[in-house]
Order: sequence, then C-alpha cells, then structure tokens
Amino acid sequence: MISKKQKEAVTINLDGKEVEVPAGVNLIEAAALHGKEIPHYCYHPQLSVAGNCRMCLVEMGTPMRDRGSGEPILEEDGSPKIGWVPKPVIGCATDVIPGMHVKTDSETVLDCRESIMEFLLVNHPLDCPICDQAGECRLQEFATDYGRGYSRYEERKNVKPKRTRLGPRVTLDDERCILCSRCIRFCQEVADDDVLGFVDRGSFSTLTCFPGRELSNNYSLNTVDLCPVGALTSSDFRFKMRVWFLKETPSICPESSAGCNTLVSSREGEIYRITPRRNDLVNDSWMPDSGRSLYKEVRSEDRLTKPRTDGQDCSLEDAIGAAVAALSVGQVGIVGSCRSSLEEQFLANQLAKGIKAQKFLRGHFGDDDGILLSSDRTPNLRGTLLSGFASAYPKDNLSSLALALKKGNLDALVVMGEDLFESKVDADSINGIPIIFLGTHENATSQLAKVVLPTLTSFEKSGSFVNRNFFLQAFRQSVPGPAGLLPDIQLLSRLLNELVEESFQGSDLDEIWEDMARPASSPLKSLCFSDLKKGCVQLDGSKWASLPFVEKKALHYKPASPKAAKSS
Amino acid sequence: MIKKKTPRERRIILKHADDPNYSNRIQCYQREGGYKMLSRALKMKPEEIGEEVLKSGVRGRGGAGFPAGMKWKFLDRKSGKPIYLICNADESEPGTFKDRQIIYKDPHQLIEGMMIAAYAIQAKQAFIYIRAEFFEGARILEQAIDEAKKKAFCGNDILGSGYSCDLVVHRGAGAYICGEETGLIESLEGKRPNPRIKPPYFPAVLGLYQCPTIVNNVETLCNVKHIMEMGGDEFAKIGKPNNTGTRIWCVSGQVRNPGYFEFECGALTLGEMIFDVCGGLMPGRSLKAVIPGGSSAKVLRADERFSGKLKDGTEFDWGIEDIPLDFDGPMAAGSMSGSGGIIVMDDTVDVVQAMANINAFYAHESCGQCTPCREGCLWMRKITKRMCAGDAREEDADLLLSVANQIEGRTICAFGEAAAWPTQSFVSKFRDDFIEKAKTGKPEAKEPLQLI
Repeated sequence: MISKKQKEAVTINLDGKEVEVPAGVNLIEAAALHGKEIPHYCYHPQLSVAGNCRMCLVEMGTPMRDRGSGEPILEEDGSPKIGWVPKPVIGCATDVIPGMHVKTDSETVLDCRESIMEFLLVNHPLDCPICDQAGECRLQEFATDYGRGYSRYEERKNVKPKRTRLGPRVTLDDERCILCSRCIRFCQEVADDDVLGFVDRGSFSTLTCFPGRELSNNYSLNTVDLCPVGALTSSDFRFKMRVWFLKETPSICPESSAGCNTLVSSREGEIYRITPRRNDLVNDSWMPDSGRSLYKEVRSEDRLTKPRTDGQDCSLEDAIGAAVAALSVGQVGIVGSCRSSLEEQFLANQLAKGIKAQKFLRGHFGDDDGILLSSDRTPNLRGTLLSGFASAYPKDNLSSLALALKKGNLDALVVMGEDLFESKVDADSINGIPIIFLGTHENATSQLAKVVLPTLTSFEKSGSFVNRNFFLQAFRQSVPGPAGLLPDIQLLSRLLNELVEESFQGSDLDEIWEDMARPASSPLKSLCFSDLKKGCVQLDGSKWASLPFVEKKALHYKPASPKAAKSS
Repeated sequence: MIKKKTPRERRIILKHADDPNYSNRIQCYQREGGYKMLSRALKMKPEEIGEEVLKSGVRGRGGAGFPAGMKWKFLDRKSGKPIYLICNADESEPGTFKDRQIIYKDPHQLIEGMMIAAYAIQAKQAFIYIRAEFFEGARILEQAIDEAKKKAFCGNDILGSGYSCDLVVHRGAGAYICGEETGLIESLEGKRPNPRIKPPYFPAVLGLYQCPTIVNNVETLCNVKHIMEMGGDEFAKIGKPNNTGTRIWCVSGQVRNPGYFEFECGALTLGEMIFDVCGGLMPGRSLKAVIPGGSSAKVLRADERFSGKLKDGTEFDWGIEDIPLDFDGPMAAGSMSGSGGIIVMDDTVDVVQAMANINAFYAHESCGQCTPCREGCLWMRKITKRMCAGDAREEDADLLLSVANQIEGRTICAFGEAAAWPTQSFVSKFRDDFIEKAKTGKPEAKEPLQLI
C-alpha cells in the first residue's frame, strides 16, 4: 500500500472535549471522526459546498485575542476566553481552526435543527407510505432524531408536479424535493452535463431540466442516490421493492476496468438494484448507469442454465466427463477471458501449464468517457497479467487463434465465455475440433460447442478483480446461481484435478490464494483473500508499465506517460 | 409646499434634483462644475483617495451602513486578479426611492463618483446593476455613459491619465434578492441571484467571477465625489461623529407631503420629519406606527418609549418623535435606518393587514435557496393571509413570532433574516391587535341549508 502523507493534526474543543482532527476538514467531517453526527442534507463530501439546507448549524467560537497586543485573553481560571460567534454557523462551510470551540448539542443547536426540520416538512407531502425513499430517507431519519414530532402547520401545502420525467431513467416528484441542489451540483461538477436547475422562486422553486434538454447522461442515476429524500427516483426501481427488505452485498462493477465499488441489493435470490459504494480511491460515490442494469443479465433469456453435450441437456457430471475425455488427447488451446476473476484466471493458467495448452486472450474495448467508464470494457485485464495467464497486452480479436487453427495445430479448445466468431475466427476453421465452453450466456460459440459447462455471473460468485489502477478488489456472492451449477473455480479445479496427474487443486478461494501468493516474486505475495474484505489493495504494476494500456485520463486515473512507458 | 423646502434641508447629492433649469445631460452637469473633481482625482494617488474616503467616515447608504472606506480596505489586492466595481442600483427595498432620483435627474454625478471610486480601487471594469423596472433609468444612464465616453470621462485612457475603466449598465432580473450584494454578483454573472455563503465568498476577496469586487450603493458612490471635493475631514464635519454626511430620506405612507428629503445626519428627529417636513398626518388622524428604514426595518410603535445608552455613553429616553434621523438613532431604538425609507402609518391602518402585505412581499421575493427563509416566509404569509380572511386564531400571534424567530440568524444572507424582522416587531409590539383579530374577525356563522 502506498502510505498517504499524514495530514497535520489540529486540536479543537468538541462539545467540551479536546479532540484531534486533521487540518483542513470541515466541522461535519471533524465531528464524525469523533462519533458526533451533525445532520446535513445539501452537504456531500464529494461535491462543492452549497450551504443551503441549514441543517448543520452549530455554535462555534475561537479563542479571543487582545486587539492591541495580540495576546490571548484568558478567563479567570487561566483557560483561553472563547469568543462565540453570535449566530450559529454552518458546519459544512466552516473548517477547523486550532483551538476552535464547537457545540453540536447545545440548546440553540437543537432548536436550530428542530426548526429546520419543521420548515422542511411544512410543504413536504409526508407521503412516506407510497414513497420509495421510505426506509433510507434522511428526512425520515432526521425528523425522528432531531424533529419536534408534531406539526404546527395548519395551512394548505404547496402543490407541485408529482411525476416529472427528467430523463429516460430518472423520475422526479417535485413536492418531495427539499431543494438541496445536490443533483444540480453533481451534473455540473461530476457528470459534466449541466442540465438541471431550479425555476420559480421561494417555496415554489421547482427542480427541472433546461428547456429542450433531458437528464440522459450515463451518470443520471447517481442523482437518485444523492437525493436525500424521495424526490429523484429511479424509473427502473420505482415501486419495485421496499428497501428494508433488501440485502446489500458489497460487489465490484464488472462493466469496465474502472472497477466501481457497488452494493448489490437483492431479496430472496433476486437482484433489484445496484448502487455505488463509496471508495475515495476508485469511484468516489458514483457509478455509470450502464453498470447498474447489468444485473438484468442474471435472469436474461439467453442465460445458460443447463450443462450440455453435443447439443443435448445432461447432468453436470456427464458434461465434465465429456470435457475431460475431449481434452485428454492432443494439443489443447485455452481461450481465457479478461472478464474472469483473478482466481479463475490463475486456475486456467494452472490448467494450461498442466496439460501444456496454448493460451489465447482477447480484450474488449470501447470509448472512454473520462469518468468511470473506461475504454477497457473488461473488469480484469490486469488480472490476466498478474495471474500469469497473459504476458502481452491483448488485441481486440483472436487472430492468433485463427492462425493456429488454420495451421491445424489444435485438437481441442477450452473457451471461457468468449465468442470466437466475433473475434476474427472463421467458423470453417473449427473443422470439427471439440470446443469446451465455460460461460454464462448463449452465443454462436456455445451453440457449436461439444460440451457446455454453464458458469456463474459475478453476482452469483465471489472473487476478485484488478482495476485500471492495479487496485485489487473483492466481490462477493449476492444471490445464488441457477440450481445445480457450480462456480467457475470449482469447474476449473475439477478439470485440473482430472486432467493433470498428481494435481490436488483446492476449489476454495483461500486455498487458491495460498497457491497464488506463494511465488516470492509475485505482486500478490503475502496476501490472502480475507485481506480484501477490508478494502482495496494497491498492487505493484510497475512490471507492466510499458504495456499499451488503452485507458485515458479519468476520475482517479492517470495513464502512465508515454515517455515513461518507452524508457522502461 | 413651503414646509417641504424647510431651511434645515441640506442638499448635496440632490442639489440639482428639482431645479427646473437642470437636465440630466452632460452639458448641464459640466456647466455646474461636473467632472472637474474626476480630473483632479486622476492626478492623485489611488491610495490617497481611499484615505480621504476612510477619513470621511462615510457609511454605506444601501442599508447595512458599513463604512465604505473600510470596505475598500478589505479588497484583496495581492491576488493579482482584476478588481471590479459594481454600483448597486437595484433599489428594491419597499419604501425606498432615493437612488431613482439620482439616476433620473443627475446621472453624471453617479458616473463621476463611480469613476473616482474605480480609480481609487484600481478597478478594471465597473458595472451599474440597475433594477429591471427602471427602464427609463437604464436608458438615461446609457445615454449619460455615452456622453461621458465621448468626452473621455470613462472608458479608455480617461482624460489622458492612462487609466482605463469601462462602465456598463446591466439591467437587473426583477427580483428583490438582486439587491443583496452576492446575489447581485451571481445575477451579473448570468445566474440565478442566489446569495453566496460567507465565508468564503466575501466580495472583496471572491466577488464577481471570483475576483475581488466592491459593491456600493448609488448614494454612497455619489458621496465619493463630494468627499473628494471637500476633503475627508471636512466631509466628516457634516452630520454627527460616526454618522457623517447627509442622508436622503424617503417618506411614504399617511403623511400630507410624502417625498424625498436630504438632511445632514442627525439634523432632525423622526417627529420633525413627520410633523414639520412632511406636513403631519391627515386631519383627525393619530400616529400608529413608523417603519424607519424600508420594510425590513423593525416597526416602531407610536406610544413606545425608547431608553438606554448610546455608544458614546450618553443615556437617552425617547418617544418615537425624538428619535434622531441618522444611522445610530433608529438603531438605538431597536430598529435601523436601513435604506432610509420611512413608512408612516396612522390609526386607520389595520396592522395585521399591513403585516400580511409585508409578508406577501417577502414570500414572493424569497429566492428559495435556504430553508428558513424559503419555507418560513411563505408560512408567515399564509398565516397572516388567513387571519385577514377572517380565520384568525388567538394562538396565531405566538406562532408567527415563533416562526419568525426560527428564521432569524439562520439564513444564508441578511435579507433572509431581515424578512423575519417585520413579523417579530409587528407581533410583539401589536400583540393585542393580532389577538383581537381572532375575536372580531371571525365570519358570521351561516345558517345551515335547509334540505328538502
């Protein structure tokens, strides 16, 4: 791990207790470090400070100094005399100063919170029973924690539009909006697509898209996550499930090499939504919309759920038997995948070593959006390098395999999910060579395969990916896979043990990690899978610095300069 | 009409305002010695001008009364960023109509004052942000700037001094909040006029386009010219210590001769203003209340006694008519001189309706950025509107006061909390009227319909 330079510490007095906090943080962050919550709506650590909700008002004072001499003024008991600011200040826009005194639970502060909660609720429809945000709503939480618990409001509430379509994926309920402007700031500052704004004045202010525009950028759903109340809702998730029924599993988005940290929300084996998980080194609190819909492939129609041999459904045992038989003779080629987990790639490499197979690999590339959708559209290309499966940077096709097939060098093929015929391999050149297909979804190759061994999606298994920054990150099983199927690592270890003499490859993640971390020269040295539970691990990727990685400059990612790449 | 020209009025800024032989053209202004001070000022060092303004003790005429020279001192000159000067001609406070007189009748005085000020702070560009409703004012100013530019009083290489500063008129966006200096800056940048949070956005450091900026009121900038003409020390002799110069008071409401009057600070009392200068109330009426500085200022009740100690230690015990008209007088009485808009109410006024009127203004004009003002102002409007419609409850007085107290001191800008001051003062000072409303204002019960 790269050790971050420790920030200077500052001592402040928080509710009568002297505490140390890093210099430069604001009062909300400083108080949170010491277990004190300063409630807030508009403040978000990764957006600019707006200071409009006024929920984070606290009392603040600094040690007084004599105007003439500059000497500190002392109380009778020798302690510094504190000059309290006459009005409460907002915690989000107030940075710590040495010696500063802060009150977060004084009578004034509690009264401020009560009054702000009352104001926020006077024109709020209080339609929690039909609101999707219920259960994860800051308005509900803070009303319970800091509100008065009763209403003095007798007048009519404002009426605003209830279901405005802001874009293809976001629906707005204006009555619930508390005008915190987080969504507006997100679109301006992160998504770089300034489409949201307020119209009208005062309490009639309404969030809207600029005329002729819509909120259609690939980050639009982050505004839904950011929304502290139920105003911005995901059109996909709206009214599908009460959030308190959902089980949240930490995972990694498999969409691209950005490796966004995610939370997969599921109930009874079905996934309902994917939301970003904060990681300040990788994705802050964001992820692209496109990655959120990937869960839909778990139950898509072309999903492979039954093992097959020669086009006929069969038992898994029979399929494994047929695969072993086909791979036992002649020269085997293994087509790996940058979408497999590090552990799977390691086992595929062990298999290739054991049966002296030729290895093939392709990458999948697209446009870079400069934020969190990188041009490398696979989650684990760097894993193929670390696991030893590949040593060169893959092309976007399998022309080397096409060449080997043309020469007639191969007698059998193991294909990990890739479609050969979309990778510049001619269907005629297969010429009856048995294909053992391990994958999750049907494609032209699986249809031609002699043996199909269905595998699990990244939502149904555990493992790890290495992202564009060489951060090793674990994902965990969120939902069970289709009945009767085994995780990829178990299939691969079975094949390995059956085909290679004296091989006793374990199929447990910890066992695989023991083997992976053994070589002294490996960047994975002295790591184990459970280390990844704590967070991402920075690996040393300098060995591969000269490879032509395609990613462009993006959030938390800087490509190695071409010069450095040349010289190394 | 004789009383209006009371000998005690001292017109410096409005010297030519009502002169039938005076027009707003440059020939007229120059005939009266205009722009001579600018050419003298351009030969001085910029810091010297700042020193004179500081010495004069002139306080901002926009409402807050902050010393203008001090404001200029806060300017961040080390950043290397361009400096901007903005004239706040938004004049949006209800009850105020003084800047309008200057703009319409003597625009060159403002331009000269602005160019001296711009040179003093070494501004790169100057703006006049004028209230949207002053169509004619904007036209007059543009014509005046044109005239001034032709004679090199502003624009490139002013009077051959090598100093250049362009001056532009920017028409406002028709909102009260555009008069708040950071809101004005946002509006000038082309955005919604949402006031900025302070810290960190103090205009003198991070103003227009995040550059150091000075925002001054029209009257303040006009005063700069006169300060330079007579010298800071001489100017400081006008009025009273800490309340220097003259002030233009705008009297409206139920007096016989409403209008604008320029007096030395502290030269007369509120009573003299109402009863002598403005000719008193209508026959048979008695004074009920006065708002001394625009609708945001706290109301003063006619039979109130104000006592306490002034800053200089002298004790005072005033009735409403004894309050001296300067900066500190109304302040000592618990209100403020604000923008100088004196609103007089006699005994025919229903204070609850007056309150409802003021609340309607603030609910309509709240920008909606921060929670307390946004929700509180509309809530207060709804309460007072309901009270006037005959559905008042006895507890409404306490509720109004409590809502107003929840706004004060918790908003982003000063306008937000100023929106709570009228309610706070009206309800606490005329509590009986509010309670009475609940007893008398109830509509008569209708007879139930006979169903056949």
